[in-house]
Amino acid sequence: MRWKVTVIVRLKEGLNDPEGRVIGNALRNLGYAVDNLRVPKYFEFELESEEPEKEVEGMCKKLLANPLIHDYEYSIEPVS
Amino acid sequence: MVRFAVIVFPGTNCDFETERAIRKAGAEAERVWYRANLKDFDGVVLPGGFSYADYLRAGAIAARQEIMEEVKEFAREGRPILGICNGFQVLTEADLLPGALRPNRIPRFLCKWVHLRVNDVETPFTFLYEPGEVIRMPIAHAEGNYYIDDPSKVRVVFQYSDEKGNVSEEANPNGSVLNIAAIANEGGNVLGTMPHPERASDRFLGSEDGLRLFKSMVEWARR
Repeated sequence: MRWKVTVIVRLKEGLNDPEGRVIGNALRNLGYAVDNLRVPKYFEFELESEEPEKEVEGMCKKLLANPLIHDYEYSIEPVS
Repeated sequence: MVRFAVIVFPGTNCDFETERAIRKAGAEAERVWYRANLKDFDGVVLPGGFSYADYLRAGAIAARQEIMEEVKEFAREGRPILGICNGFQVLTEADLLPGALRPNRIPRFLCKWVHLRVNDVETPFTFLYEPGEVIRMPIAHAEGNYYIDDPSKVRVVFQYSDEKGNVSEEANPNGSVLNIAAIANEGGNVLGTMPHPERASDRFLGSEDGLRLFKSMVEWARR
């Protein structure tokens, strides 16, 4: 079975996101009332698997996220 | 004579000067492609550079390569493992050292000389230094901001300081917790350092303070 997967990895709440801070500042300088801008990482891919939940969970734990500093979430849909 | 492997991943770029520094410290050194095996070596050095172009997170992809299983075996056997800059990032990503290296507090690449306070002289890499000694080495990194939830859990080896050895907020170049610049594992045989000792291993480079780190490592491996 083939799946379309998206994964979002973001820094844990409370951890400083320097890239987000700089981009947020740049938007504020343009006159937008932006606050707390964060820059998560977004992955999308197709996966051939009988156990997509288990495999995607494994990918996040093993490589895509560093559990010490990141939270992650994902969605898995069948490829039509 | 003891022999050290200097592991080269795609994107590693401090391998030659690291090899040279180890030789200057009195051991044999050989640059080893990451698909090779590590038998016949007494220790491993993971040099600086940009393995896998720092894609995903610095060190993350290199840390998952097969050769790191052998490096973990070395660590378990108590042999010396030194990670410099990107090598430090690889060691944390491989769980050989605790914590993580995040992007610098001000998100830009930092390349400059820093002062370091030597905090722990009980490791195989630092016993030739004096406790509290202030040394000079260069840093060159974008992701050197050391983070750990409980800093009391780590052996802090070097801290960023001023030239008098004061560990102050002003002397912290990248936002690291407790100004941490280098740490060791519990047993002391795995060391990760963001400053580059190989770039401070000759007078013509501006400092020889880094050479003693290699000399310590080599002397210790000989015993």
